[in-house]
Amino acid sequence: MFLLQILANGIVLGCLYACIAAGFSLVWGVLNVINLMHGSFIVLGSYLAWAAYNGLGISPWITLLVAAPLFYGAGWLMQRGVLNRVIAAPVLVTLTLTFGLDLMLNNAMLLAFKADYRKLILDPPLGTLALGSVVVPVDRLVAMLFALVLTAALYLILRKSRVGRAIIAVRLDRDAATLMGVHVKSIYAAAFGFGAAMAGCAGVLLALIFPISPLSSTAYLGKAFVVCVLGGLGSVPGAVLGGLVLGILESFGAMAFGPEHAVTLSFGLLILFLIFRPQGLIGRRGFD
Amino acid sequence: MTTGARNALLVGAVLLLAALPLVGDTYALRLGTFACMYAVMAVSWNVIGGMAGYPSFATAAFFGLGAYAGGVLLSKGGGLAGALLLSGTLAFAGAMLLGVVLLRLRGHYFAVASLAVAEVLRELANTATDLTGGGMGLNIPLAATSGGPQAEASFYFLLMWALLLLTLGVVLALERSRLGFGLQCIRQNESAADMIGVNATLYKSLAFAISGVFVAMAGTVYAAWVHYIEPPDVFDILFSVKPIVMALLGGLGSTAGALLGAFAFLAIEETVWRNSLEIHTGLLGLLIVVLLLFLPNGIVSLARRLRGSGASGG
Amino acid sequence: MAELLRLESVSRRFGGLQAVQDVSLSVGAGEVLGLIGPNGAGKTTLVNVIAGVHPASAGRVVFEGRDITRLKPYQTARIGLARTFQIVQPFPEFTVLDNVAAAAMFSRGGMGIAAGRQAAAEQLDFVGLAALAERPAASLTLAMRKRLELAKALAMRPRLLFLDEVNAGLNSAEVEQAMALIRRIAASGVTIVLIEHLMKVVMSVCSRIVVLQHGALIAEGGPAEIVADPRVVEAYLGKKYAQASKAGA
Repeated sequence: MFLLQILANGIVLGCLYACIAAGFSLVWGVLNVINLMHGSFIVLGSYLAWAAYNGLGISPWITLLVAAPLFYGAGWLMQRGVLNRVIAAPVLVTLTLTFGLDLMLNNAMLLAFKADYRKLILDPPLGTLALGSVVVPVDRLVAMLFALVLTAALYLILRKSRVGRAIIAVRLDRDAATLMGVHVKSIYAAAFGFGAAMAGCAGVLLALIFPISPLSSTAYLGKAFVVCVLGGLGSVPGAVLGGLVLGILESFGAMAFGPEHAVTLSFGLLILFLIFRPQGLIGRRGFD
Repeated sequence: MTTGARNALLVGAVLLLAALPLVGDTYALRLGTFACMYAVMAVSWNVIGGMAGYPSFATAAFFGLGAYAGGVLLSKGGGLAGALLLSGTLAFAGAMLLGVVLLRLRGHYFAVASLAVAEVLRELANTATDLTGGGMGLNIPLAATSGGPQAEASFYFLLMWALLLLTLGVVLALERSRLGFGLQCIRQNESAADMIGVNATLYKSLAFAISGVFVAMAGTVYAAWVHYIEPPDVFDILFSVKPIVMALLGGLGSTAGALLGAFAFLAIEETVWRNSLEIHTGLLGLLIVVLLLFLPNGIVSLARRLRGSGASGG
Repeated sequence: MAELLRLESVSRRFGGLQAVQDVSLSVGAGEVLGLIGPNGAGKTTLVNVIAGVHPASAGRVVFEGRDITRLKPYQTARIGLARTFQIVQPFPEFTVLDNVAAAAMFSRGGMGIAAGRQAAAEQLDFVGLAALAERPAASLTLAMRKRLELAKALAMRPRLLFLDEVNAGLNSAEVEQAMALIRRIAASGVTIVLIEHLMKVVMSVCSRIVVLQHGALIAEGGPAEIVADPRVVEAYLGKKYAQASKAGA
C-alpha cells in the first residue's frame, strides 16, 4: 500500500529527528539554554564521519564510538568555560550568546570545508530492503536503528547512572539538588556534554543520508526546535514522540502539499503548538 | 547626564546628519543610510525588548514583510508613499493581531515563536511565486530621480533619515508617556501590573506593533533602494539578531542606548567587513560573545566605569 | 448595611483539586471581615477568583450590584477592588514613589505620570513611608515593603480592600503598627476583608469572621461565636479538642 510506504518513510525520518532533538531538548530543559550551535555540532559530526571514511577508511559505525566521547568533552569544556558565565542570565543573553558562538563555529567550518555539499557514499552500497510492500534503503534503516539505540542509551543514562539522576534532579529542583550535595556546575557541564555528544553522533548517522555542508546547520536546528516544542522539553520520550510526529506529518505533508512546503509546515506547527500547547504533547509546564 | 539631556544630544546629532549629502560621497551616503536603518531597527526593538521586556526575534519578519509588501506594490506601479503606507499599516495591524496570541508566551517560548514567524513568512514569500517572484527574487523599478548616483544616494539617505526622525519622535514620546510607564511596569512584574489596572495585553500588543511598523517601512525603503530582493536576504535571521546586539551594545533599556549602539555597531561592522570578507561572520560572532560575556551592560556602562561613577546597572 | 460584595455558590477547581467549594457569603459596606482558616483552606484562591486572576468554575461574584464574575484583574482593579499579596510584589526597579504612582495612574483612568506621583505622595504620607519615596523599592525591608504594598492598594482608591496576610513575617511591634493602620483605613470608609493567621489581630480588628476549610465555608459570625464554634476548633486543632471544648463549655 502506498500509504504504508509514506508511513514507513515518516517513521524512519522521525527516529532520526528524535536523535537530533534529544540532546537539544536535554540542554534546553536542564540548563534553560537554547543551544543555537546544535545544528553546527551535527554538521561537524557529519564531517567527522566523512573524513574518517574517506581519509582513513573507518566505517561510520565505528566513528560513532569516537564521536560520542569527543563531542562530550568538547561540549563539557564549552559549557564550563563559556556558557557557565551566563547561566543565570535572561533568555536574551543566552540565546544571543549561543548565536554568536554558532556564527564563529559555522564560519570556521566554511573556511575549513567550503560550502559545497559532500556525500558520504558507502562502498559497497547497502542497497534496499523490502518488507512486504514497503521498501526501505538499508543505510537509512541502520541509521534509524542506531538513532534509536543512542536515544535509548541517553534515556538509560539519565535514569540509571548517578550523573544522569543528578541531571534530572537539577532539572526538577535546582536548589533542592544543591542541598543534596549535587555540584550543579558540573551537572550543567555534563548535560551540555551529553547534548553535544548526541548531536555529534546524530551527525555521523545523518552523513549517510543527507548531503553535508555547513549550510545545513540551520535546517537541522529548525528540526530540533520543532521536535522539542511538539514533544515537550527536557524529556527523551518527548523527543521520540515529537520526532515521530514530525517525521510522519512531514512525510504525509510532502505527499499532500509537495516537499517544498515541508519547512513551512513544520514551522507553522511549531507556532500552533507554542500558542495552544507550549508544554508539548507530553511535556510538563514550567520552563519559561 | 540626565536622560533628557542625553536624548537631546543624540537627536541633535541625528539632525546634523542631514548635512551628509552636502559633504559626503556615495560611499558615505550608503553608510549613512545603513546607519539610519540600523538605528530604526534597534530603537524599534527596544520598545518590545527593552521597555516591555519581551525578547522579540521578529525584527526580520517585519523587515521582510515591509520589503515585500512595499516592493510588490512598487513593482506593480505604485508610488513610494503608498508603499510605505501599505507596509506600515500591514505591519501594525499584523503585529496587533499576532501579538494577542504571541504575547501570551514568555521568555524562551516567545523568542522562539517570534523567530518562527520570520521563518514562516520567508517560506510564504518563497512559495508565492506569482506575487513575489519566489526564489528568483523581486525586481523593483528605480525611482524617478534625475541627477545620477549622487542624487539617488542622497534621496534614499534622506528618506531613511526622515524615517529615523519619525521613529525617534514616536519612541521618545512613548518613553515619557503613560503607555511607556505601563510597559516598564509590565517588564518588572507583569502580574502586579495586572493587579493595579494595567491592560497588559493591550499595552504589549501596542508595543509589539510599534516595534514593527517603522522596521517594516525601513524594509520598504531598503527594497526600493537596492532594487532587487530575495526571501533569504530580507528575512535573514541576522536582521533579528543585530538590533538586539546593537541595543545590548549601547546599554539595554534606553532609546539613546539603542541609537548609540546602532551607530557603533555599524562602525565596527564596516571596518571588519572591509578588511576580512572571509571571516566577517566569525568576527561578528566574536563581537557578540565578547560583548555578552564581558560587557553585558553595554558601552554606556563602560563609560560610567571609566569615569569612576558610583551608579550601578545599565 | 448596604451589601458591597456577594458571592453566590462560587467554586474553583484546578484539574482534580477543588480549591474553593460552593462558597456563598456577603460583605457589607464599612465592615472589616476576617477570612480565616487553616493553611490550604483556599483563602487566597478565593481572593484570586474575586479579583479575576482565576475565573470561577461555577457561581457568581456580584460587586455593587454588578456581576463581575468574568472580569479580568485589570478590570476589577478599575472598579474599586484592590488587594495586597501575601508575597509582596513591588516593581523592583522603580522608586517607592513610582510604585505607588503606577497604582494610582492605572486604576483611575486618565491620570498622567505627574498627577500619579502627586497622588502617590499623599498615600506615602498616610502609611508613613514619605521619607523613603526616592529609594528603589528593592532596597526596602520586609516591613517597609508590606507598607508599600498597602500604599499601592490605597492609591487605587478601593471601595473593597483585600489584605492577604499583611502581618506575615512582622515582629510584634510591627504588627501593632500595622493594626493601627488597618483601623485608620477602615475608619476612612474602606471595606476590608482581612486574611489573617494571627488571632489577636482578627479578634481586635474584625467585626465579623468567616471560616474556610478545604475550600468550603464552615462557620460565620462575630469573634466570640467563632472562637466557641466546635467546627472551627476542630478545623484548627482536630476532633479531640473540639469535643473537649464542647464538654468543657
